[in-house]
Order: sequence, then C-alpha cells, then structure tokens
Amino acid sequence: MEPILDVRDLKAHFFTRRGVVKAVNGMSFRLHAGETLGIVGESGSGKSVSQMSLLRLLPSPPLKIVGGEAFFRGKDLLRASDAELRAIRGDRISVIFQEPMTSLNPYLRIGAQVVEPLLVHRKMTRAEAWHEAEAALDRVGIPATRNALDAYPHEFSGGMRQRVMIAMALTTRPEVLIADEPTTALDVTVQAQILALLKDIQRETGMAIVLITHDLGVVAGLADRVLVMYGGRVFEEGSAEQVFYASRHPYTMGLLRSTPRLDVDTEVLPSIAGVPPDLARVGEGCPFFERCPVRLPQCSLFPAAREFGSGHVGYCHWKGEGSPWEVPARFVSKG
Amino acid sequence: MTDAMAAGGPVEEREGGVSLWADAWYRLQKNRLAVFGAVFLAVEIVLCLVTPWIAPYEFDAQSLELTLAPPSAGHWLGTDNLGRDLLTRLLYGGRISLTVGLLASLVSVAVGVLYGAIAGFAGGKLDNAMMRFVDVLYAVPFVFLVIILMVYFGKNIYLLFVALGLTQWLTMARIVRGQVMSLRRKEFVEAAISMGVRPWRIVTRHLIPNSLGPVIVYLTLTIPSVVLEEAFLSFLGLGVQAPMASWGTLISSGVEVMEVAPTALIAPAALLSLTLFSLNFLGDGLRDALDPKGAKD
Repeated sequence: MEPILDVRDLKAHFFTRRGVVKAVNGMSFRLHAGETLGIVGESGSGKSVSQMSLLRLLPSPPLKIVGGEAFFRGKDLLRASDAELRAIRGDRISVIFQEPMTSLNPYLRIGAQVVEPLLVHRKMTRAEAWHEAEAALDRVGIPATRNALDAYPHEFSGGMRQRVMIAMALTTRPEVLIADEPTTALDVTVQAQILALLKDIQRETGMAIVLITHDLGVVAGLADRVLVMYGGRVFEEGSAEQVFYASRHPYTMGLLRSTPRLDVDTEVLPSIAGVPPDLARVGEGCPFFERCPVRLPQCSLFPAAREFGSGHVGYCHWKGEGSPWEVPARFVSKG
Repeated sequence: MTDAMAAGGPVEEREGGVSLWADAWYRLQKNRLAVFGAVFLAVEIVLCLVTPWIAPYEFDAQSLELTLAPPSAGHWLGTDNLGRDLLTRLLYGGRISLTVGLLASLVSVAVGVLYGAIAGFAGGKLDNAMMRFVDVLYAVPFVFLVIILMVYFGKNIYLLFVALGLTQWLTMARIVRGQVMSLRRKEFVEAAISMGVRPWRIVTRHLIPNSLGPVIVYLTLTIPSVVLEEAFLSFLGLGVQAPMASWGTLISSGVEVMEVAPTALIAPAALLSLTLFSLNFLGDGLRDALDPKGAKD
C-alpha cells in the first residue's frame, strides 16, 4: 500500500552562532492511512523538529532543511511553495501542540477559533462553519455546545482546551494528525481521556496519527509503529511489540529499563549515565557513543540499517544478544 | 454542563462568556481616579460638542468698552484684551484642542499599529528596513517638519492633525512591534500558522487584538502630549489662527496680560492641566485594568 507520508533522509539543521546544530540528521519513515506512528525520544532528540520542519513551522533562519525528501501523497513538502504548504496545513495535515493553556487566542471566543480552519480552507458560509464547529466540539465530548462556543478560552480547563484544539484540528477531516506531546501538560486522568478520544476519532475517520512524546506509556497504549530517536538520528523502528518486547538496540533497552513500573519494586530507578550530546558537535559517528555501554571502534561512523525482524529495523553496530545493561530491560506483558 | 466552565467571572448572569475586555472594564470601574478622569473628560467633551448652542457669546464678539474685565455675572471668567468673553473662548478653544488631540492620536494609532505589527510579524530584513526608517524620522526635528509642512501647504488646521499624528506614530509603531514580536512566538499564533491561516489574517485577527492593551494605554498618553504640542505650536503662532482659539493660543495671550487680568491665564491653563491629569489618570487606570496579571481579581 502506498504510504500517505514518505520521508527519506530528512536533515534539518539550525544555523546558530555556536555552529550548526544538527537537530535532525537523516531521518526516514513511512506513514500509512489509519496508522499511528509513535516517535519517542528525550528532549532535543529531534522528534518535534523533524515533524515541525516538514510543515515549515519553525523560524527559518535559523532552521534550514539541508537534505531529504518528504512525499505527502506524492508531493514533496520540502520543495512545495509557501502557498501550497499553507493549503495543506490545517486542511490535510493538522497539528496539535503540547500547551493547551496558551494555544488559544485569549481574545477570541471558542467558536470563532474552532471555525477558523473551515473559513480558511473551505468555501463555507459562517453559518455552515458554525454548524460544523458545533459538531466538532460534540465529537470531542464538550457538552452544552452553544454555551461553549460563546465562551472565552480562560473559562476552560486545560483538558477542555486540549479538546478544543483537537476539535479545531479535526474540523477539516485531515488525512494526517501530528500530535506533539498532546497530553504532556495534562494530568493523568485527563491524559487517558484525550488518548482514548484520539483513538476513537481515528477509528471513525481513518486518519493517520504521528504521536510525538517522551512518555513510553502513551506510545505503548496508542502507537502501531514506534520510532525511537536520539541526537537527531533514528535508532530503532518497528511495531510497538517489537520495540517494547524485543528491542535489540542498547539505547532503547536503556530507555525501557529506566521506565518506572508498577509490577517491580525498586528503590532507585535505573538511569542512563551521562547527558545527551551537544548537537552542534556531533560528527558522523553515533550520537549515543559517550553514554553507550557497548561502544565499539566502528561506532565513529553511524551504522547502516540492520533488520532485526520483519519490519523491525535498528541502527547499531553491536550484535550481541540480550541486554547490555545490568538490570534487564523488558516490558512484562500485563497479567 | 456549566460546571464544565470555570466559574468565577465578575458578571453574575452572563450571556456567553466574560471576555478579557469585560473583565478589564470591571476593574477600571473600581479605580476612583480613573473614573474621575473618565467622567471629567466625558463632561468636557459633551460641553465642547454643544458649545455653539450654550456659549453665552459669539467667540469673536468684541466689546471694546469692556476689555480685560474681571469675572462678573455677565462674563463669568471676565474678558480678554479685545473684550471677548473668556468662557466662550475657552469652550471654543476646547473644541479645537480636543479635536486635535483625538484626531492626531487616531492618525498615530492607525499608522503606528499597522506599521509596527507588519514589521514585528515579518521580522528579518523587512523589519530592519522599516525600523531604520522610523529611526530616521525620529531624528528629524519635529518643529522643523511642521514649519516646512505649513510653509508648503499653507496654515491649515487639518494639516495640523496630520503633522502631529505623523510625528506621534513612531513611538506607537515601536511599542506595537515589540508586542507583536513577543506574541509571534506564542503558541496560539503558531497554532494559527499550523492551521494554514494567511499572514495578513494572523496580523489582523490574532496579533493586533492581543497588542491593543498597551496601545490603548499609550493612546491616552499620546492625547495629552499632542494637546500640549498643539498648544506649543499655537503659542509659536504656527497652529490655530486668530480669531479662532485653542487652549494654547489662550494661554499665550493670557501670558501677555497676566498682570492686569490673571484669570485670562489661569482659566485656560487650569483647564488644560485638569484635562491632562484626567487623561493620565485614565491611562494609568487602563494600564492596570488591562494588565492580564491582575485578571484574577
């Protein structure tokens, strides 16, 4: 099946006074209709930048895309004109952001903001758009719709605002939804509601979701495929089962090991020693080298893809079995 | 259903939501000085509007046998050196001074807000070019500019509005640009960009409304400075021409006769000062009311 989004060797660098920060340094992935792709990684791993740069949402300069292709339904986003991209943004590819508290204009009523994508992208009358907005808010579970449309953002809680953002992103029925840490700013129960909501809507509309997060639990619950990023590179890619239960990459295993678990009693949560690399200084080698427990001489050159299993790909020179970490890393299936 | 909406707006039975504007209005009403300023200005404006019907005399009616008269029942504030009723001239002068202040300020807002918003949103080279142009204009001596305008286009009261407005928009543009530059990085603007909203719509719908707080405050500070500048220009003989009067010309002619008829100086000067005070109080109150940090009262 043709993927909706086919990104090949994307390189997005920030050109700063300190030097060239290689935020995304060769990333490839494919996204199919109806699929949820989880992108996980620490802060600064390039997971957000990669997606935002596809839609040209980052200030340029300093960001510059220095290589790669990104085909959306056969059209290269990286080479599209501003006007072409503007027509795609918010219509066929929508984004929801991390900060629901500040993502709404404080001076405009909720209704006026929810109809905005429709007014921009569809030749709709105000009344039609308003009608759609009511339906959209209804879909994300905001009751008393007429009242809600007349309210101002500060009258809503964080969870409600994130629902509004989702409603807004979905009014145009996009083919791809990029969710950049959609639940990070919300408390756990609201988080679960929002994720369930996204899942429901996906089942209904068949849209593809790119879920950017550093929360492995969120990815495990929602993603079909998972992409693990570190230092601007993809380290491992596979189905959620493959990555969580059969990871073969030292970084992924270290990451899983440092995830708190309810079924294991530990005094101290294991961590990966060291700090993420300065992306202005990484060369051609593996960015995880400094912190890796199994580094090898050939790690000064980033490895080519290696197939771990069907659709399970990793980027590591190490060919050992089991976990290189002291405490074995494995998600134990529930029950 | 309603508990889904955060309770606690100041207005109890509300239709729809309480906007930040309504909230600011509520807080402004609690500020006594600001309310005093607003009321004083409102009364003054109304009086000036109806002046032609309530003024006791014609503004240029002279009675040469009664020059420089002290206050009396016939002339509440006395007369000037040509025997013209001072109260009448004060009211007519207010029409000019307030119109100049208001119109010139509006010119400065219209030009400054748009210019600053575009520069701040565009950023980069365009912003740089636009702001250097502002710097150049800042360096042109204001009186010099007005004199040149007056010489080229003749002495004309409308020209005065334009000249004053065109010199006042510079600061406004800088303020709005600063506001817009910080707003531009706010999530809701990024969200609007991510929704494919056109730049022009982002400027007019998202950036300008959100920067209006400081603009309104600065506007109330611009009006007094324009009124003062008009007084200054009229004092120099570049502004309003006789027999018309503004507060500036009244003060200027009052100075000449202050030893014989002190009210001719005191009355217009006091009125001007009170007006400026009121505007400043109102501006101060608006600044506090529009400060979002105070919004939780």
